[in-house]
Amino acid sequence: MSVTTAAPERQQDERVAKVGFLRSLLVKPELGSLLGAIVVFAFFATQSSVFWHASGVANWLDPASTYGIMAVVVALLMIGGHFDLSAGVQLGTAGLTTAILTTEYNMVIWVAMAISLALCLAIGFLNGYLVVRTGLPSFIITLSTFLMLQGLNLGLTKVITNTVSVGGIDQEPYFNGPQSLLASQVTLFGQKFYIAILWWVLFTVAASYLLLRTRFGNWIFAVGGDETASRNVGVPANRTTITLFMLVSFGSWFVGNIYLFRLTSIQANTGFGFELIYIAAAVIGGCLLTGGYGSAVGASVGALIIGMTSQGIVYAGWESDWFKFFLGAMLLLAVLTNQVVRKYAEQSRR
Amino acid sequence: MTDTDPTAAAGPTEDSSLGDGTRPAADGVPLLEIRNVSKFFGSVISLKDISTTVRAGQVTCVLGDNGAGKSTFIKILSGVYQADEGELLVEGTPTTFHTPRQALDAGIATVYQDLAMIPLMATWRNFFLGSEPTKGFGPFKRFDKEKAKRITRKEMADMGIDIRDPEQPVGTLSGGERQSVAIARAVYFGAKLLILDEPTSALGVRQAGVVLKYIVQARDRGLGVIFITHNPHHAYPVGDRFLLLKRGKSLGDFAKSEISRDELTRLMAGGAELEELAHELEREGGKADIGRELAEEVKALPG
Repeated sequence: MSVTTAAPERQQDERVAKVGFLRSLLVKPELGSLLGAIVVFAFFATQSSVFWHASGVANWLDPASTYGIMAVVVALLMIGGHFDLSAGVQLGTAGLTTAILTTEYNMVIWVAMAISLALCLAIGFLNGYLVVRTGLPSFIITLSTFLMLQGLNLGLTKVITNTVSVGGIDQEPYFNGPQSLLASQVTLFGQKFYIAILWWVLFTVAASYLLLRTRFGNWIFAVGGDETASRNVGVPANRTTITLFMLVSFGSWFVGNIYLFRLTSIQANTGFGFELIYIAAAVIGGCLLTGGYGSAVGASVGALIIGMTSQGIVYAGWESDWFKFFLGAMLLLAVLTNQVVRKYAEQSRR
Repeated sequence: MTDTDPTAAAGPTEDSSLGDGTRPAADGVPLLEIRNVSKFFGSVISLKDISTTVRAGQVTCVLGDNGAGKSTFIKILSGVYQADEGELLVEGTPTTFHTPRQALDAGIATVYQDLAMIPLMATWRNFFLGSEPTKGFGPFKRFDKEKAKRITRKEMADMGIDIRDPEQPVGTLSGGERQSVAIARAVYFGAKLLILDEPTSALGVRQAGVVLKYIVQARDRGLGVIFITHNPHHAYPVGDRFLLLKRGKSLGDFAKSEISRDELTRLMAGGAELEELAHELEREGGKADIGRELAEEVKALPG
């Protein structure tokens, strides 16, 4: 290379301001949610001292963990540019399948769980396959799956058990195995914590690693950012999308079975409406609705905020009915903050 | 670099400072030969009987106005479409590409007009998109970030661009810089033949001059280049061969010695910003030969 003349470009360099430490922090998608979590924690901590004691912490970490596991996988899918409205109702499908197969058809719990997993992965595959084959918005495709599964969960449960819930799984052999894995409690500081909290942390770490440190993670960002462009450079876009839908279904299976083994029974309407909470958590955590941007840690923190709010309202002595209002207000605030922060961050880099 | 050596095929080479200024001989087997290629979409004849050749160390320009079939032509070469008639010979071997990946593996890299880059993603992530380097084994196999960043910075420096921060999202780069990332990426991934789809069309005069400089650089490194454009003033100074398309048909396939810039312009009925460009290039200084060539052609222009 004898002909390089870098002089004109060097001049352009000088037009770029130094990206400071604070500014580089602001570019991180999860920052807004972290600030939000601190504010929400401080607010409820002043309202009630129980909120920051071990019993209170265990209490709000519990919903945060089950929401969090799902928020993380939903965030991966959203970064990949898609929605899954059937994510919530699949919890019910997963739990009901395990419960019905063991209590009604006398299957060994582990086998029933494996079948339940296979079913969920099949649903996820179908969601993804339909999205990539038809090119229709995933919103519509998964809305259909959502409605169909909602009907099936209720209809089949009624046909098989004559009620709208399945119980008695704790009477089955081998119950203790999956129960200790998914729903046991660990005593720390004299307070019992659900093991799901540990799973939540593991899911978050694994998803973050997947997203930031693997080839597949790079593809998730790319497919969500510009599918055609990523296809042109050889990214297997269809495979990436289908895998993401299957990951969400895996999460639904996991959390659905957590609910089942905790309560030892499951309602046919378990998970209805949760899909929106997961999406809200991901968005509060900095995920763009248009895809291509977001973080697993952020989604996790989003779930933490939602968990703290849902319990904090009770500790503060208010009616729990107010929860949804606060959730909506926080979502709006988060979206607005994210937008401002991102614009600021992008401008500073120009 | 001997470009006809099949063992020097696709695959990243860490050392990309291949060009030593000597351009490989223009004889021998062409990198790519296109023979009587046609493409139909239903009753629409999109391309009919198109032929040209691309040699290592040469630039073949494909000129045509909107709707001439330039895009279809690129898509056949890059494996998006398959030709209905005629054949492609890659280094003398008849070949059909069924997917873009196959074309890439054969060393044919296309730099699309929209650049196939993800604006919100960091430069280094874009650079390696679809061909990420990994380290570790099994479940611990991971994207080798450090290597990716290091190579991105080095490859860009080789193109004369000092990117200060590989973390910078591609969307915040200028048009010329983005083009150079795309070209550097293609060169790094062992491209023997670069297809540039209207790389200058969306750019201002000065930026266009910068991109022409990259084309010459790629050529001097011994790559074959297919330069798609509708602007003869951009094509003539850098081109060795000119294929003119009009409404899906070939108006001719000329070596530079067979056609003058006037004829080319007349055939294309091109624009008038040539003189401006020549000045710009001269002011650049570094790539004076393009500028000089342009300036001479301006003088030679009647009227």
